[in-house]
Amino acid sequence: MGEKLVLTGNYAVAYAAKLARVDIVAAYPITPQTTIVEKIAELIESGEMDAIMINVESEHSALAATFGAAVAGARVLTATSSHGLMYMHEYLHWTSRARIPVVLALVTRTLAPGWNIWSSHDDFYGQRDTGWILSFALDNQEVLDTTIQAFKISEDPRVYLPVLVALDAFILSHTSMPVELPDEKQVAEWLGPRRQGYVVDGRELLAIGNLTWPEDTEEMVMDLWRAMEESYNVIKEVDREYGKLFGRSYGGLIQCINCSDAKYLAVAMGAWSGDLMEAVNMLREEGYSIGVLRVRFYRPFPHRDIWEYARGVKGLIVYDRAISFGAWGQLYTDTVAGLYQYTTKLPIISNVIAGVGGVNVTAEEFYELTKNFIEKIEGGEEPPRITWYHRR
Amino acid sequence: MGKDKLVIEKPLYDRLPIAKPMVGVAGKTGLWRVEKPVVNNSKCTRCFLCEIYCPVNVIRVEPETGVEIDYDYCKGCGICADVCPVNAIEMKPE
Amino acid sequence: MSRPKPPLPYNMREVLQPGDAACPGCPIPMAWKVLSAVFGEKMILVIPACCSSVVVGPYPGNALKASIIHVAFASAAAVASGVAEALKRRGINDVQVIAWAGDGGTADIGMASLSGAAERNHDFIYIMYDNEAYMNTGIQRSGATPYGAWTTTTPIIGKTEHKKDVARIMIAHNVPYVATASVGYPHDLYAKLQRAKKIRGFKFIHLHAPCPVGWRFDPRYTVRIAKLAVETGLWILYEYYDGKIHLSGASRPYIDPARRKPIEEYLKYQGRFRNITPEKIEEIKRYVEMNWNWIKKHM
Repeated sequence: MGEKLVLTGNYAVAYAAKLARVDIVAAYPITPQTTIVEKIAELIESGEMDAIMINVESEHSALAATFGAAVAGARVLTATSSHGLMYMHEYLHWTSRARIPVVLALVTRTLAPGWNIWSSHDDFYGQRDTGWILSFALDNQEVLDTTIQAFKISEDPRVYLPVLVALDAFILSHTSMPVELPDEKQVAEWLGPRRQGYVVDGRELLAIGNLTWPEDTEEMVMDLWRAMEESYNVIKEVDREYGKLFGRSYGGLIQCINCSDAKYLAVAMGAWSGDLMEAVNMLREEGYSIGVLRVRFYRPFPHRDIWEYARGVKGLIVYDRAISFGAWGQLYTDTVAGLYQYTTKLPIISNVIAGVGGVNVTAEEFYELTKNFIEKIEGGEEPPRITWYHRR
Repeated sequence: MGKDKLVIEKPLYDRLPIAKPMVGVAGKTGLWRVEKPVVNNSKCTRCFLCEIYCPVNVIRVEPETGVEIDYDYCKGCGICADVCPVNAIEMKPE
Repeated sequence: MSRPKPPLPYNMREVLQPGDAACPGCPIPMAWKVLSAVFGEKMILVIPACCSSVVVGPYPGNALKASIIHVAFASAAAVASGVAEALKRRGINDVQVIAWAGDGGTADIGMASLSGAAERNHDFIYIMYDNEAYMNTGIQRSGATPYGAWTTTTPIIGKTEHKKDVARIMIAHNVPYVATASVGYPHDLYAKLQRAKKIRGFKFIHLHAPCPVGWRFDPRYTVRIAKLAVETGLWILYEYYDGKIHLSGASRPYIDPARRKPIEEYLKYQGRFRNITPEKIEEIKRYVEMNWNWIKKHM
């Protein structure tokens, strides 16, 4: 049993960095990410953590410096939110295409204008196609555990891709919860030394990123895609190992609660999945056959796992805390496309957009929305495919 | 500091954007030449200026024999001829 | 016959492999030979988008027997910061980290990351090779393009503003070492790199690099024009350390305006100044005098 502390989500990231024996942290302040970096600075200055902090002048430079340190052989972490992530965006592509292990903690926050510091998932989805492994935590314990797991996944030779760990602004970032810390030595032993595919440190003369012709480029991108496909197994394996060693695992890429016999599934990602679980419990008590499918890793997209549970269900309701303007919610789009890999006869899949701009969605509201969806189908009606749920 | 040993292990999918030092990375750049530097080594004072300034690194000043140019890669820019203080190098059409 | 002493060490020959992708007469590989003489293979160049990204040649080859990290345009100084800190962390101290960026990547898009790295005083050398426009994309105006110069985005009347003086901006950062240099003066550059190598912390070198293609001159004149810039007093070679400007030997005579060659000598070789008016030449002269006065005041 490890030590138990009461930590905010942001502090959980900081302690995970310490446990993972990160060498270098480069970051730039943005609300609500700041307390991650403040805590790390404190841990370093107090001598509790042996690392170098680079207080850069922008997020673009934060990930650029992180990338440089990683290429030169350091275990690295950076953290940001919202517009900080937008400013970094160029370097997300740069890092994954260089196939260099990096871990980034994202405290998800709405985009402006107007200025809004509350959580929605627009910033997260904006990185969908960057070639990063994208994960989303449910609570602060998972923030800590997933951040540690992220280093193991990122530095696996079958993968060598950067990993993003998301946590919702305030709901997790600034809310204290009991968090169990695994034993430091045990974590160090499990993670092992920093591992990467190449290093630029002046020993072997390498040039990273020269001008590249189309055929070569395409082959490199194909290998990035293969590594991402491979990461599916690695993520599961890492989660299992972690569970064996530290007593907690999360079901790999998805967590499905009350799913085994469910006729309906409610799908969501992030902290509000907790409220959805509460709603589903209420529905279960009333005899509704429904489970919650929480997506823990959005990239690689866990279509296999979703199919496993969605096979034979009558309907799925997918909750998105963001929207792809002109189309649908991102999680919805992927769920529909993902299931189509396995069947041409899809169940009814509806999409509810809600909680955008940090609007609170309660368990009661999830209850109503989900119940409505089931009632409609059971009553022989077609529920709307996409609804924007907004109440004031 | 430097507490753990770094491990470099080949990726499973290993097409990475990594390049290595190579002579003639842009091909035989001598083919670009329109004018060719021709050396009169009897005039050469071995001052090294042509070698120092040659942007392609194809000139060697040898104390005994004088200036040697690797025409496989010389792009014919003419800088050697321009910096030569005794006009020992002349640019001639290919 | 005894072997004459070469003016620069023979390892000037080592790093640059013949057959790079530079245009004929390009000043960039010329300067790399001087880097080679100082650091040999023991250097990591961090190169943002610029001519040099092309000059080193396409994958899977690389014209330099050195390490290179190609990086996004705005980020050379930030990546170099990370590399320098990682090497420090790993106890590697025999490799020189060098951010090698053009004038656009430095004076324009890279300014914030440069300023940040300088303020944090990371231990590396930043070299801004200044060909005075966005040459790689086809000669567009940059913050470092001089007054009156034609570029493809100042196509008819020429640039109406003076050049951004990045070396002076870096002096204002109170970094341990700032220098100006020129590809026309390899010995001077060599001495400056040697000094920079011994100093811990952030070092900045502003390297004047005439571009035959962009400045519209015959490639054979790269060195001649680089020298004329100094001999006309237009480009001043100096070092800044210990709170003072130290005028370099090559520029010392030109503190006296009477010993400078006429500016017109420099301009006439370059097609980019073909349409310059006498009034504009007067303005350039005023600007040059102003720069010298600043130098004199801070010596």
